Amino acid sequence: MREVAVIGVGMNKWGELWEKSHRRIWTEAALAAVDDAGVDRVDAMYVGCMSGGLFVGQEHLGALLADELGMGPIPGTRVESACASGGLAFRQAYLAVAAGAHDIVLATGVEKMTDVDGGAATYALSTAADQEYECYQGITFPGLYAMMARVHMERYGTTRRQLADVAVKNHAHGMFNDLAQFRMKVTAEQVMGSAAVADPLRLLDCSPITDGAAAVVLCPLEMARKLSKQPAVRVAASAHATDRIALHERDDMADLASTRHAAALAYKQAGIGPKDLSFCEVHDCFTIAEILVIEALGLVPRGKGGAAAGSGLTALGGTIPVNPSGGLKSKGHPVGATGIAQIREAVLQLRGEAGKRQVPKARWGLTQNMGGTGASTVVHIFERALGRKR
Amino acid sequence: MIGPVRYWREIPQRYRYEAARCSGCGKVFFPPRLVCNACRGREFKPVILPQAGTLETFTIIRVAPTGFEDQAPYAVGVVRLADSVKVTAQIVDCDLETLATGQKLRLEFRKVQQDGASGVLCYGYKFVPA
Repeated sequence: MREVAVIGVGMNKWGELWEKSHRRIWTEAALAAVDDAGVDRVDAMYVGCMSGGLFVGQEHLGALLADELGMGPIPGTRVESACASGGLAFRQAYLAVAAGAHDIVLATGVEKMTDVDGGAATYALSTAADQEYECYQGITFPGLYAMMARVHMERYGTTRRQLADVAVKNHAHGMFNDLAQFRMKVTAEQVMGSAAVADPLRLLDCSPITDGAAAVVLCPLEMARKLSKQPAVRVAASAHATDRIALHERDDMADLASTRHAAALAYKQAGIGPKDLSFCEVHDCFTIAEILVIEALGLVPRGKGGAAAGSGLTALGGTIPVNPSGGLKSKGHPVGATGIAQIREAVLQLRGEAGKRQVPKARWGLTQNMGGTGASTVVHIFERALGRKR
Repeated sequence: MIGPVRYWREIPQRYRYEAARCSGCGKVFFPPRLVCNACRGREFKPVILPQAGTLETFTIIRVAPTGFEDQAPYAVGVVRLADSVKVTAQIVDCDLETLATGQKLRLEFRKVQQDGASGVLCYGYKFVPA
């Protein structure tokens, strides 16, 4: 296996992009990544997209978007793992480069979610759960995470205020991200006073519906200096694990086993542990999700995740900043694009280009992207390539 | 959309609560599977789910999905059936304000949803306080 580097990143402003089509959003981000890397060709591309079919009635995205890219008849592959589609698209690109199948590969993610109304968007997202044995009964995604939250709260004493603290922290981080959908501060009182969606979760516990795309360029580490002027960021680990799709089939409904398994594999590959990380970008689709994830990643002991945001542990300036980009909560959550945008943030941080949200002396960054209620997780670890200057 | 054939296929589980017990290790699966994920056994004996259960976690759905709007607010929970599997289902005929985990429940056959104005009437299991 060859060592792999990321040499270019691209993303557009996320939000409700009424004037832009699915393909336009994708192409903007893809071209931005190609230009950032400064490469004049792409050998293959991967597209993470959860549901082009249900959101815009468009499948066959590998071919459609390869054509939009305008770099010839290159292989274009669409990858789907619900909200982890982007992370998994990156992993497929990584494997292709590591295996020697391709040299310059574009890993992308996209979702255009606002062409349908709220009910249709909610339905499209619900397809990540068990249709016959969860959704049939009238449960929603906020409802499933609400049930996970209740287990955590009753077992570990996690409070309603601690859930709100996650949103407060991530919105504060998002203030420094000019591409974020919701660049606004929120208070714990606002979160706890927002509309009830699925008890105990409220509107401001939920990540939004978003149009957006992101893209990154990968190549063999040894070719990075020749191909690009950008400082190379090394892919130190790539891991993927799965779990039962239905929440009720899991022995412990407050344990994200797929994240725990993927993280263990990733730490082993990278030869580091959670204490070595400079920052993490994690899948905070709901406030409770970040609490469960930081426990599964080993950043805090099991049951102790509730206090992490409010104490400042996971805030910028804390021991282990989590979601310096603003997370899904503030940045937005165009589901297929989220995993790639996390990797873009990791690369910017490790290049030292993250501006006001820069984590000082960042060396190791971890990204965690999960599908459904955690039935699939993709974890990557990145390292600043030492001794490689512009 | 839940078409009639897709609905019909699940009737053994939704009307009769048919599950499968692994002949190798005894683990119960609902719905039945072809291979046991505990011991990889492929032989199963049919069993009927017990109808008494305990509420392990729940939520009150305030923003309902399409097809359930007229039922909101309503409770959905994960119920552990006696010595058996957990299932997701609505908890009905209960006080939403005082519903609590640990509540003893009993399975009942109820209408669950309606597929549009002229589609299938969908039935299945819900739970009521025991």
